Amino acid sequence: MSAAPAVTDATFAAQVLASSKPVLVDFWAEWCGPCRAVGPILDQILLENGDKIDIVKLNVDENPQTAALYQITSIPAMKVFQNGEVVKTIIGAKPKPAIEADLAAFIG
Amino acid sequence: MRQVIIIGSGPAGYTAAIYAARANFKPLVIASSVEAGGELMNTTDVENFPGFPEGIMGPDLMIKMQEQAEKFGAEILLDDVTALDLSGDVKKITTGNGDTFEALAVIFATGSAYRKLGIPNEDRLSGHGVSWCATCDGFFFRQKTIAIVGGGDSAMEEANFLTRFADKVYVIHRKDSLRASKIMQDRAFANPKIEFVWNSAVDALLGDDALTGITIEDTVTGVKRDLPLDGLFIAIGNDPRTHLIHGQLDLTPEGTIAVKGRSSKTNLSGVFAAGDVIDPTYRQAITAAGSGTIAALDAEHFLSALPVAVLAQAEIQ
Repeated sequence: MSAAPAVTDATFAAQVLASSKPVLVDFWAEWCGPCRAVGPILDQILLENGDKIDIVKLNVDENPQTAALYQITSIPAMKVFQNGEVVKTIIGAKPKPAIEADLAAFIG
Repeated sequence: MRQVIIIGSGPAGYTAAIYAARANFKPLVIASSVEAGGELMNTTDVENFPGFPEGIMGPDLMIKMQEQAEKFGAEILLDDVTALDLSGDVKKITTGNGDTFEALAVIFATGSAYRKLGIPNEDRLSGHGVSWCATCDGFFFRQKTIAIVGGGDSAMEEANFLTRFADKVYVIHRKDSLRASKIMQDRAFANPKIEFVWNSAVDALLGDDALTGITIEDTVTGVKRDLPLDGLFIAIGNDPRTHLIHGQLDLTPEGTIAVKGRSSKTNLSGVFAAGDVIDPTYRQAITAAGSGTIAALDAEHFLSALPVAVLAQAEIQ
C-alpha cells in the first residue's frame, strides 16, 4: 500500500545504517492515528524526492529493538540517518510543507 | 466558486457537511492534511455518543461521519487552510498546497488545540518523555512510572488507558476535586495503578535529553518537591483554534468566535462558526455535532436568500 518500504529489526543495519544515501525512517504503528495521517504525506515526498532521499517505515510494534535503541517515546517520529548517524529528528504529524521545510537540507 | 466551504473535520465540520450536502450545496470540507477527523481521532472508546450503546472507537465514529457526508456529495480535501479573506461577498481561502478556493458561505469549525503547560523545556522535551497523545505514546511506557496532568474527562480517560502499559500513573491536579464526569472519576479512583496528587501544579520539567522527572508545587502550601518520572502526559484542556481569523471575526472574552444568540452567525455576512471554536463551556462531540447542524441550516438559509444568478455562478465552480 505504502510507497515507502518496510524495514525491520533484522534489516535495519543493512537498509538504513549502511546506506550511502540519506534515509528517513518513519517510526509508526497501526494504532497511532497521526501516524496514519502522515504516512501518505511521506509517500508523496518519497515519490517527488526519491533521487535524493530514501524513506522507509519501521513498525514499532513489530520491531521493538530498533525503537528502543533510538529511544522512541512518541510517534510518529521521523529520523533521518546519514552514514549510520541520526542527523535530523522530526516528531509528530505535520503538514507536507512543514516536513519539506524540515527536510530542506536533504531534498532542497 | 463553491456555494459553501467547511473548514474543519471534527463532529461539527462533518455534521455541517452532512446537512449541507443533503441540501444539495455540494460542500467542500477542508479537513486538514494531518488532523482530519479532529480530536476524536486520538481517543479510544467514546461511550456517550447517542446511538452506540456498546461504545464506539473515536476514529471509527469520525470515519463513519466522513462516509456519511461523502455519501450525500460532500467533497473532502486533505489540506490545511493557511490564509482566509472573509471580508467580501466571495470568501477566499488559500491552502498549504498553494490552491485558492472561493465560496459564497464559509462554516468555520476548526475546533481547539491542546493547551500547553507554558513552562520551560516543554517543547524541547516533547516527544522525549512529554506527550499530548496517550493513544499514540502509551505503548512506549510499559512497566514505567508516568504522570498525567489534568482533572477533566480527557485526563481520566487517558489515565485509565495508560494503566494498560504503565506500572504507575500519577494524576496531578491543581485542585482537590475533579471536574471529570462521575463515571470517569469512579473508574480512575477504582484503578489500583492510579495515584492522585491533589493541589499540585507542575513547576518544572527535569531532564536533558529525555524527561527524568518533574518538580511539583503544592498549590496550597507552595512547597516544592521532585517526582521522578519516565513520562508526562498533558491533558489540561484546549484553546479554540482561531489564529486564522484574528482581525476578521469578533471573539468572545473566552477567546472563542462570537456568534449571535443561539445561531452560528458571526459578525460577517456569510461566515458561520460551529463546534468547540465557539464553545467555551460544553465541548462534547454531540454538542459540536449539534452546533454543526445549526451552522449548515444557517448557511442554507443565507444561500437561499441570495439572488438566483449569484447562486448559479457558484454551482459552476
